[in-house]
Amino acid sequence: MADSATTHPATKDPAKGPALLSAHSLARHGAWIALALLILFNLAFTPNFATWQTLNVNLTQVCAIVIVAVGMTLVIATGGIDLSVGSLMAIAGSLAPLIFMGKILPLPYALGIALAFVVPVLVAGAFGWFNGWLITRLRIQPIIATLVLFIAGRGIAQVMTNGNLQPFKTPEFQFIGLGRVFGIPFQAVLMIVIVLAAAWMLRRTVFGRQILAVGGNERAARLAGIPVVSVKRKVYLISGLLSGIAGLIVIARNSAADANLVGLGMELDAIAAVAVGGTLLTGGRATVIGTLLGALIIQLVRYTLLANGVPDAAALVAKAAIIVLAVWLQRPSQG
Amino acid sequence: MNNLNTLQLFRGIGRYGVLIALLLLILFGWLRYENFLGSFNVLTVLRYNSMFALVALGMCFVIITGGIDLSVGSTAALGSVVAAMLSPYGLVPGLLGGLLAGLVVGAINAFVITRLNILPFIATLATMLAASGCALLLAGNQSVSVSYDTAFIELGQGDVLGFPAPAWIALIAYLAGSVVLNFTSFGRTVLSIGGNEDATRLMGLPANRVKASVYMASGALAGLAGVILAAQFGAGQPIEGVGWELFAIASVVVGGTLLTGGVGSVGTTLVGVLLLGLIFNILNFENGLGWISLSAYWQSVIRGALLLVVVAVQAKLASRTEDAHP
Repeated sequence: MADSATTHPATKDPAKGPALLSAHSLARHGAWIALALLILFNLAFTPNFATWQTLNVNLTQVCAIVIVAVGMTLVIATGGIDLSVGSLMAIAGSLAPLIFMGKILPLPYALGIALAFVVPVLVAGAFGWFNGWLITRLRIQPIIATLVLFIAGRGIAQVMTNGNLQPFKTPEFQFIGLGRVFGIPFQAVLMIVIVLAAAWMLRRTVFGRQILAVGGNERAARLAGIPVVSVKRKVYLISGLLSGIAGLIVIARNSAADANLVGLGMELDAIAAVAVGGTLLTGGRATVIGTLLGALIIQLVRYTLLANGVPDAAALVAKAAIIVLAVWLQRPSQG
Repeated sequence: MNNLNTLQLFRGIGRYGVLIALLLLILFGWLRYENFLGSFNVLTVLRYNSMFALVALGMCFVIITGGIDLSVGSTAALGSVVAAMLSPYGLVPGLLGGLLAGLVVGAINAFVITRLNILPFIATLATMLAASGCALLLAGNQSVSVSYDTAFIELGQGDVLGFPAPAWIALIAYLAGSVVLNFTSFGRTVLSIGGNEDATRLMGLPANRVKASVYMASGALAGLAGVILAAQFGAGQPIEGVGWELFAIASVVVGGTLLTGGVGSVGTTLVGVLLLGLIFNILNFENGLGWISLSAYWQSVIRGALLLVVVAVQAKLASRTEDAHP
């Protein structure tokens, strides 16, 4: 895979003989192959598959997941996990309407809209930074540290809005979820920009290499002089910021913010996309493009099943099978 | 010697700190609210929290081995649906059906984790989705009414010797769990896997078999929690159980069990469950007083804050023990 980046390939799979090579390369390109097969299957069997509408439906379903999953990829690359993403989406999603509807401060319309884009994302970022602080300063395991905000974060969003649905009709704000650029949904453009930026960063920048080094071997990274603490705080900050953006997209798309539902279960969707995409869950090897493919595969399988009359519940079982199969195929070979 | 003392101190605070917190909370409630320790309130709290207690017990064992089980919530949902569907045939078929459904999910977890060598986090994430899908398919996307003609509902709503039936089930399960963990070779192997899995294997202990049993037990207990859920609320609920896994993890952690595995206690897990459960109860009483009106949404904020305090204290103590012997 083009952007697959590993710190120490030699230490990751030390006893990889030529016999394993074909299986290994199959695993590396598995995501592309699976996606291609899915598209071919749909072209052959699903009516009206090759239409703009199908593309748009699938893209809008997947954008928020991919944006969150990019942050999750970076977190997992350092050997961590972020369970709080869904709750942070709820916080950002609940805060934005409060701002542009003037419920906190009566603001001029345009300023309210502008702040509604900026402040919720920054707040979500601040909570993300707090996750990183807990993990690095108090040395709490990522799964527990982010569990705190997973539980409390949605509560904060619910308390802010008293649990009420906030419906709105604000085209300028909703551009982030409903707008189009040359016929392409704006959220898809945003998603692609974020994916490309993150993929470039992970592969081409010092920070990206540091992320992988921390995930590959934290002790070694520290001894090599890599600022482990600051790298970790930054990835959780990024994960928080991206969750905030995803929260805004979701409420803009729904024309309503519901603190009980925005981002519910998102942490699992994002982790599933990362796992299917071929990022190593123990850290040290990560691929942002793979995460995009993983999310597309999961979405396309669901769409294929639904379009061919399989109930949604059965699609859940299929999703479970895909996750296990993908992780099993891509597991690092046992030494 | 110094190392031993600090380690004992750390464990002691982990063990008794949470118990002291629970007692303080009960004292607070007793002094502040009328009828807080009245039998109606006490029995209602016990009846309701017994489901979570069962799930947390399984989670406790899993976490002691250094693993995690995210599938318990949807396994409970699946168990409740199966139990509700079998409830017209009587108490025993309903009970066994729910248990068996949970056991099957647990067995799949065990297979994927020990045979396919997939991380527990991902394996149980997948079975969480699968169990939820199966529950929805079986139930046809709606809740399944429980038959009131048989004794099945007694499992959730009945009393034995004046004590709620589900609370008896949870109590017996905890006593059994405590004996297994502390006084059997199986229990010692569970602890040793969490301490160092490779060393356990090299010592010739059946690490894989014990790990598999732990996940199967966790599944069965979640299925049992589902049976109680169905019996208590009169319906099998395929969409219930969302977030139970994280509540269970929080209870286990609040109870002082380390997520890194190797250290843990069954008794304090129960205390953790009751502590988190009482917060909701106290919030209700507080609103009943009429001084303030806190929405139910505050309970998750308070639970999160409590979890934060506990892990922060644990982290401080842990770093102090580390400093004692670097």
